[in-house]
Formats: sequence, C-alpha cells, structure tokens
Amino acid sequence: MRYSGFRVFTQGLSGNRGWRPAWRRPEPKPAYDIIIIGGGGHGLSTAYYLAKKHGLKNIAVLEKGYLGSGNIGRNTTIVRANYFLPGNSEFYSHSLKLWEGLEGELNYNVMHSQRGLINLFHSDGQRDAFARRGNAMLAQGDDAILLDREGVREKLPYLDFEQTRYPIYGGLYHPRGGSARHDAVAWGYARGADQLGVDLIQNCEVTGIDIENGKVTGVQTTRGAIKAKKVAMVAAGRSSQVAAMAGMRLPIESHVLQAFVTEGLKPVIDHVVSFGMGHFYISQSDKGGLVFGGDLDFYASYAARGNLPMVEHVMEAGMTLMPMIGRARVLRSWGGIMDMSPDGSPIIDKTHIDGLYVNCGWNYGGFKAVPASGWCLAHLMATDAPHPVAARFRLDRFRTGRGLMDEEGTGSQHNLH
Amino acid sequence: MRIPCPCCGPRDRREFTYYGASDYLDRPAEGADLEAWDNYLHLRDNPAGVTRDLWYHDPCQAWLEVTRNTVTHEILSAHPVSEVSA
Ligand SMILES: Cc1cc2nc3c(=O)[nH]c(=O)nc-3n(C[C@H](O)[C@H](O)[C@H](O)COP(=O)(O)OP(=O)(O)OC[C@H]3O[C@@H](n4cnc5c(N)ncnc54)[C@H](O)[C@@H]3O)c2cc1C
Ligand SMILES: [Zn+2]
Repeated sequence: MRYSGFRVFTQGLSGNRGWRPAWRRPEPKPAYDIIIIGGGGHGLSTAYYLAKKHGLKNIAVLEKGYLGSGNIGRNTTIVRANYFLPGNSEFYSHSLKLWEGLEGELNYNVMHSQRGLINLFHSDGQRDAFARRGNAMLAQGDDAILLDREGVREKLPYLDFEQTRYPIYGGLYHPRGGSARHDAVAWGYARGADQLGVDLIQNCEVTGIDIENGKVTGVQTTRGAIKAKKVAMVAAGRSSQVAAMAGMRLPIESHVLQAFVTEGLKPVIDHVVSFGMGHFYISQSDKGGLVFGGDLDFYASYAARGNLPMVEHVMEAGMTLMPMIGRARVLRSWGGIMDMSPDGSPIIDKTHIDGLYVNCGWNYGGFKAVPASGWCLAHLMATDAPHPVAARFRLDRFRTGRGLMDEEGTGSQHNLH
Repeated sequence: MRIPCPCCGPRDRREFTYYGASDYLDRPAEGADLEAWDNYLHLRDNPAGVTRDLWYHDPCQAWLEVTRNTVTHEILSAHPVSEVSA
C-alpha cells in the first residue's frame, strides 16, 4: 500500500478501516541466501539496499526482540555530516545525501528535519579547531558557517552568554544538520524491505553461527537452525556476543549512554545545539519534548540504564548553558548500549571466515549512519568489494595500526571515546 | 554505584576513574607478535555478565581490579592490582 496525503484523507473519511500492517510476520524458511543478524537501523537498511539496489532475493533479518527495540529506538536522533578525517568525512557526507532523499525513496515520513546544528565553542583554540573542521566540511561538499558570538546570539538568544566557566565565543553552524524520527527510520526501512520480499523475523535470537571449513553455512536460533550462504553480524551493542559465536573477539567495549526527555512544550529550541565542553546537547522533538543527553557513563555496561552521577552532570551542564530549561520537568530517562571502538570510528568489513561480515563500532553516532551503513554493507556483501566511501572502515586497522580514525584526537584506546 | 576500595571502604563511583578490562594487566613481553599486542590493546571479550576491570581510586591513588556484573551493575569484589597475579 502506497502512503500519500490523499490516502490519509480518504482513510479519514472512511473511519481509518483500510490500513494494513506495514510488514508481514513470516515464519523462518529453512534456508536463505543472506541472513542479517540484528533488526536495528543498520540491519534493516542493509536488507533494504541488498534487495533494492542489488536486486537480491531470499534475504532474512533475524531480530531477537521486536524491530526497533535496540538503539535505533533509543537515540537522540541527530543527523549531521560534520566529520573531519578522510574515511569518516566521505562516508557521513554520503549518508546525509541519502537522508535527503530518504522519505521519497521509502515512501515513508521519517520526519527528517534539517533545522541546523550549532556546535558551540568557548576559547580561541577551539575556534581555530572549528574553523578547520568547517573548512573540511566545505571541502567535502557539505555546508558549514562559522558564527561569532553575535551570530550565535541571533539564533540562540536564550543561552547564558555571561557564564564565566565556558563563555560562548561562537559556534559552527551546519545548516543541513538536524534530526529525524528514530522509530520511523526503522519502520520505513522495514516496510520497504518487506515489500521487496525480505523476511523480517522477530523474536528470533541467533544463538550460534555454523562454520564449516572456514566458511559460514548458517545460524542456530531460538526458532531453529537456518542455513545461509552469507551472514552479516549487525548487532550494535551486542556485537561481541554475536561475534563470539563465530569464535571471534572484536575490538569493542559496550558502554551505556543515557538520554532524557521533558514534558511537551511549545516550540522553544529551533535547532540542534551541542555544548561539547559541558558534555550536553539538546533539541526539541516535533511533539514538543526537549530531548537531551550528554556523555557516556564511562564503564563497560549492558544495563540499558545509567547511574545518577551522569544524570546530575547532564542536568548541571544544561542549566549552565540555558537556565531557561530549569522549569521543564523531565518525563523519562533511559540508556542504550553503545558498541565503542578504540578509535571511535566504525567497522564495515568481511571477517576471516568466508561469507561472514561484520558491521559494528558505531559508538554514539550510528543513527545518522543508518542509510550509508546499509548502503555500504549491502555493496560489500553483493559485490565482495568495499564501497569506496566505507573502504577505510577496516576491521584490521587496530591490529596493523594503519588507518586508525581518531576523530576526537584523544588517542586510540578503549576508555577514551 | 559504590565500589569497595580495600583502603577506604565503600566509596561513590565519582571518586574512581575507569580504565577498562583487566586485559591491560597482561602486557605482552618485548618482541611479542602483532596478535599479542592486538589482544592486549584492542580485542575484548566484553562480557554481558561478570567481568573484571581496572579502576583507579583518586583519593588514595590505588589501582583496583574490580569484579562486577555488567548487566546488573552489582560489584562482587575489588582488590589492589598489586595483589593480583596477571
Ligand atoms: C541515548 C543514545 C543517544 C544517541 N544519539 C545519537 C544521535 O544523536 N545521533 C546518532 O547518529 N547516533 C546516536 N546514537 C547511536 C545510535 O543509536 C546507534 O549507533 C545505532 O542505532 C546502532 O545501530 P542499530 O540501529 O543497528 O542498533 P540497534 O537498534 O541496537 O540494532 C541491533 C539489533 O540487534 C539485535 N540483536 C542483538 N543480538 C542479537 C542476536 N543474538 N540475535 C538476533 N538479534 C540480535 C538487537 O535486539 C537490536 O535490535 C545514540 C545512542 C543512544 C543509546
Ligand atoms: Zn581508596
């Protein structure tokens, strides 16, 4: 069923009785050509592009919970292309272009809103670093404008410009940055993949990966054994457990990242604002809630909830930056399990096992990557060659030390990103 | 989360700095091959469940090996690294 304004109108007139489920609930078949482990954003977009762009059939996505139950439904939805290093730069640039055509491509309203992202800076040194980043963004073909203090004041008059700890010197404005509705991205890709014949199998946990003579032959699941010629591990925070089923150790540590949302308010924050020095960022959802978060709790965790010190830290940073939000009431907070890589950059690669692929290491930035990650993993699985914009996301870069992409410049070490 | 420091007793998590998995105690010998260094620096079991990792207690400057559960955040024990045989 195609969605359109006209259909919303006619359905409205006929009591909305004509809507159908957006995807099937198939039983798993005994064998597929391709199995994707993980029905998050990356798994679903991979399946979609395998079917759509490479014309492949006979694909299944296996999801242990329900579609969108992982990080894809827990993130704070920032979409941007303000990366700096070769490797990341072209990849996120490509992803933003895919975002810009996504709703038409999927015939699904993912509420992608390019409301502009402003990263604040608070010193001369930081200004220089941001000018350099802005130039890199322009060089990669994206947009960036360096705002001085008055330029920021014009857009964000509600900030506390007088605070003495981190006085606001200006901001790097990325007009094409913004946000999107996270669940809708999962649902849109799920519906698109289903319509192209992909089997989306929920409540199906992969418990083993079958390997014979160095080649993958299928998976064991809570709904029985399923054969496959190719298997991709796309399990985000659970990547280490899935890779262990293939006897692999990954360069990944799983950490919890928290987020918060307030009650719905009238429109008050028009952009996505990030306050790096205070570890705080915020935007307002279309429903009116202020959506905000900060840094990792900074210890390995699978608890999907954080600890109070980080809650306090995030609230303090928010109050430092924009005291006006002090009266808003926080409705909910939650945590998601992040697949942290040592250099803070992702991995999209083959493994040493024939037919087994890995997609992980998205850290706290994998939502914006959903379109390009699926696009590139699909390319790799269909053609057996890395896509040019993801060619540097190699698994072996940690072993060899070649091609590390430490975007934050803090060092390629587990506890530093 | 409170961590029982053997010197100072149970202390707030904010007094501690996290370093990572206790794999860091297994430093390869000089001349070890790439795989050994990769295991030491990067590759992790990253268990969902009981793990051992390294925490530094800022007030008393002790490095601790903490045994804890990554799913429940329960702390099972903490020992000074100097007493742990790698
Ligand atoms: C609080 C928070 C804020 C964030 N903010 C942003 C942001 O503003 N911008 C941004 O770009 N990114 C952000 N991120 C990061 C982003 O959400 C993730 O990097 C991204 O969603 C991860 O990829 P995914 O969608 O495929 O993961 P997931 O949705 O977690 O998908 C993985 C799936 O694999 C399934 N799975 C695991 N093990 C198995 C198994 N054995 N068998 C079957 N299925 C299995 C899981 O159930 C899960 O559904 C944020 C994350 C969090 C938690
Ligand atoms: Zn102590």
